Amino acid sequence: MIALAAQAVIDSPPAEGIVTPRVPWSALAPVLVLFVGSLLGVVVVSLLRRRVIPHLGSTLAVVVAGAALCTVVPLWHRVGSRGEGPISAVAGAVALDRYSLLITALICVSVILVALLSDGYLRREDLDGPELYLLMLMAAAGGSVMAAANDLVVLFVGFEILSIATYVLAAMHRRRLSSQEAGFKYLILGGTASAILLYGIALTYGATGSTSLVDISAFLGDHVITRDGLLLAGIGLMVVGLGFKVAAAPFHMWAPDIYQGAPSPVSAFMSSAVKIAAFAGLGRVLVTGLGSQQRLWGPIVFVLAVMSLIVGAVLAITQRNVKRMLAYSSINHAGFILVGVYVANERGIAAMLFYLAAYLVMTIGSFGVVTVVGGRGDGRHDLDDYRGMGGRRPGLALLFTILLLAQAGVPFTAGFVAKLGVIEAAATGSHWALAVVAMLSATISAFLYLRIISAMYFSEPAVEGPGPRIVVGRPAVVALGVAVVATLVLGIVPGFMTSLADRARPVLVLPGNR
Amino acid sequence: MSAQLLAASGTASFNPIPFMVLAPVLGAVLIALVPRARDEVARQIALGFSLVSFAMAIALVTRFDTHEAGFQFLSRTPFIKSLGISWSFGIDGISLWMVALTGLLFTVGIAAVKPDHDPKAYYGWMLVLMTGSMGTFVALDLIVFFLFFEVVLVPMYFLIGSWGHGDKVYAATKFFLYTTFGSAFLFVGILATAYLHQRGAGGHITFDVVRIARDQVIGTGAARWLFAAFAIAFAVKIPMFPVHTWLPDAHTEAPTAGSVILAGVLLKLGAYGLIRFGLYLFPEAAHFFSPLMLTLGVVGILYGAVCAAMQADLKRLVAYSSVAHMGFIVIGLFSLTRQGIDGGVLQMLNHGISTPALFLLVGLIYERRHTREIAQLGGIQKVAPVFAGVFMLVMLSSVGLPGLNGFPGEFLALAGTFAHARWWGVLAASGTILAAVYLLWAYQRVFHGPANAENRTFAELRVSEALGLLPLLVLIVALGVFPKPVLDRIEPSVNALVEHMADHVPAIDRNDVKAPVAAEGAEASQGSTSSTGGSGS
Repeated sequence: MIALAAQAVIDSPPAEGIVTPRVPWSALAPVLVLFVGSLLGVVVVSLLRRRVIPHLGSTLAVVVAGAALCTVVPLWHRVGSRGEGPISAVAGAVALDRYSLLITALICVSVILVALLSDGYLRREDLDGPELYLLMLMAAAGGSVMAAANDLVVLFVGFEILSIATYVLAAMHRRRLSSQEAGFKYLILGGTASAILLYGIALTYGATGSTSLVDISAFLGDHVITRDGLLLAGIGLMVVGLGFKVAAAPFHMWAPDIYQGAPSPVSAFMSSAVKIAAFAGLGRVLVTGLGSQQRLWGPIVFVLAVMSLIVGAVLAITQRNVKRMLAYSSINHAGFILVGVYVANERGIAAMLFYLAAYLVMTIGSFGVVTVVGGRGDGRHDLDDYRGMGGRRPGLALLFTILLLAQAGVPFTAGFVAKLGVIEAAATGSHWALAVVAMLSATISAFLYLRIISAMYFSEPAVEGPGPRIVVGRPAVVALGVAVVATLVLGIVPGFMTSLADRARPVLVLPGNR
Repeated sequence: MSAQLLAASGTASFNPIPFMVLAPVLGAVLIALVPRARDEVARQIALGFSLVSFAMAIALVTRFDTHEAGFQFLSRTPFIKSLGISWSFGIDGISLWMVALTGLLFTVGIAAVKPDHDPKAYYGWMLVLMTGSMGTFVALDLIVFFLFFEVVLVPMYFLIGSWGHGDKVYAATKFFLYTTFGSAFLFVGILATAYLHQRGAGGHITFDVVRIARDQVIGTGAARWLFAAFAIAFAVKIPMFPVHTWLPDAHTEAPTAGSVILAGVLLKLGAYGLIRFGLYLFPEAAHFFSPLMLTLGVVGILYGAVCAAMQADLKRLVAYSSVAHMGFIVIGLFSLTRQGIDGGVLQMLNHGISTPALFLLVGLIYERRHTREIAQLGGIQKVAPVFAGVFMLVMLSSVGLPGLNGFPGEFLALAGTFAHARWWGVLAASGTILAAVYLLWAYQRVFHGPANAENRTFAELRVSEALGLLPLLVLIVALGVFPKPVLDRIEPSVNALVEHMADHVPAIDRNDVKAPVAAEGAEASQGSTSSTGGSGS
């Protein structure tokens, strides 16, 4: 693998000694800020080991992710059509276009929101761990590498950075056995997924002779592959590997268990940033490198989309644990996003990106509520624990209601505009059956959200008296507030986000574009 | 004609529509900011803002140009530019009466009924519901229509689930899921319509109802599929047999004001949708499906009537009577004649007056007796004669007694059906007899006979309660004897609709009523046409 990577990184000019590629540092700023930030964090934290400074970790994460977000803005204009256009960096291994930048921005936003949630959580659970924040930054860096991968090996590198960080994150709660179990399960299953992805990359390399998306695309443009079994297997295995990370059915089995076991803010992170990164990788590989092979990957993505839509909606009905419910609903959302990927035309990708943005705020907000309701020990996640919340904590209940209705796709919320985009994209491709299946699955999953809402408003509390105390710290208030406001804003005035998503189609960035 | 449809009303310098739609939701936001202890303030805010909205609707009625068949008071603001969606509003003679009805019923509902707990949230949801209903009737953009059509589910879900009776959570969930199920088809249908229109007509994608209806570029086969998708959603909402089963549950378990709005406004959303997005967008498909729709309408009339007759619960009886009444609207619309559609629209308005009044009265009975079992009631007439008299009046209006408001609409709908589809008309007409049977029988059991101990203390109608009912009672009589002002405003739009359909479907007869002059000279003939309808009463 190292040899492959080396081959990819060192570009073709006839070697006289070792030629190192020119690295446009400024173009890589977002990734570098995240990496360097997390490494510096490690140093700072270990120097201050004895002294516990409150809010240090969360402040660090918010500042670093915020800085990365700031570096995205000038780059967005730079890589635009009026700037210099997409930039190919590090000898063609990295493609910086608006697609990768938008994904990076979304990941940074989710790091910021989750960091705000984690602040109160860690103190409540008596976990000192600034490691959580550093690992999140590390994972975010990996995710943005995936979004910018112009080479399958770079994709894999990003995937691994992301994955390994999240394995540790899932096991972060040292005193909860279920957290340990979740981390271990995720490690085993995730490791398998990584292996499958790598195997897919290898087979694709075998079929096309390259791991660079540019070369793969050129090869497939020049050649007609008569016996495409090898390529099909390669593509299939890559989709499976990435499909595991987005929890697309039938590779979704891990998600409910691990979302349930992992610390609640980490579940928020896994269902937002990790999924976004994996979808970004999927979109990049399928649309740019293998754009001409839709005939091969289309059916695979189609099956994943339909299964996720149905499984996510139907299996959710019998659940009683709110975290598991949200896990299943995220599988259903993955199905919707996959519809966007499947359509894969301009509208499909724009719809996928808008959906990711909307999903990001909805899911972090929802898991945010779960985080604060979970109480000390992070164990109060049963539906019964939500009973009577409308009377006890009207503000929190209203907030959760808005987020749940948004996930159900109720108008004037982000969820509606997101579904509108996906179904519109399906219409432009005349995929009527898929559109109907998607909307019907949304109807079924509406039942799931209504169950939580009706528990909050229409049921008497399970325990008499004031019930367990729910503490919502100030950072968590900010995170929840931002999530809800964004959910409503994206639903009522979506123009800004749709115009960003419309302009962020991934492009095949040729090495010439420096 | 298209230019006529697009032409804005020249007289409108101040456009009441945006205020009418937005006022209630602003009120809801204000209520959310009111501290919990000040519950009475919430009620006053709700009443104030619903009155503002109602006043705007009245302003529309008074300033409505009866010589203009197309949409008036148009406004348009971009919403999602890349998808060609805009906040596009306007009214014609059909939606005019629906918004007036919405304004009236919400104001009455808020004024006449107080919730038993948590008034702040209750009034907030009522106002949100009002904005949703108003928006649905004035939207001229398919997506905007869907936004409002769908958003009404949420407040209604909470109203039933939180302030209802009996198995309220079940009823609320069933209501929500049934309608969402229908909306899934509607949503895909809307996007497919816009996409196929773009493919046929070129240019940017648009969801503008007027443009899509004017261009008629969608192929016959596709249009039929799309009509079917739309019809499923609206059939659930109306509700038509066999997707009506949510209605008795929702109606019975809903709080009184919820039933009032559900029967008066929400059911009309479906019928209105059939006109605006069924007949208007897909005339050929509407004609193709008219036998099926007529059949389902007639089945609804008969089945609803039989079920109503069998009910032991008075509120459930009224709920099933709605199924039957809505059947008349459906057959009127799908007679595809001027008379029938006029009658259907008029019946939408009149059912929206009589049935809510019935629900208010049933609500009063429940408040007094804490039961709606017909068997538990009886002999009330002796102790509360005024109450019984009012009930009698409302019930007779619901039966469709000539001279009261229920008659002209039902008559026109049946006359139109009879002209175009004789046997359906004959069967449906027998439904009017059944209506008399089940309602009079119910009246007899509730108000006549010996009163048991509890019924002997049944309180007479109070002045405050009578005031809440008064506007509806006045309209029941007024629209019965003099429906002309209403028909004058409905007819130009219905004529234009029938002309539009006849332009695209040769089988539809544009001269079914003895209209002496064709569309352009229609204004002159309206007086005579409406008197044809009016003379029946």
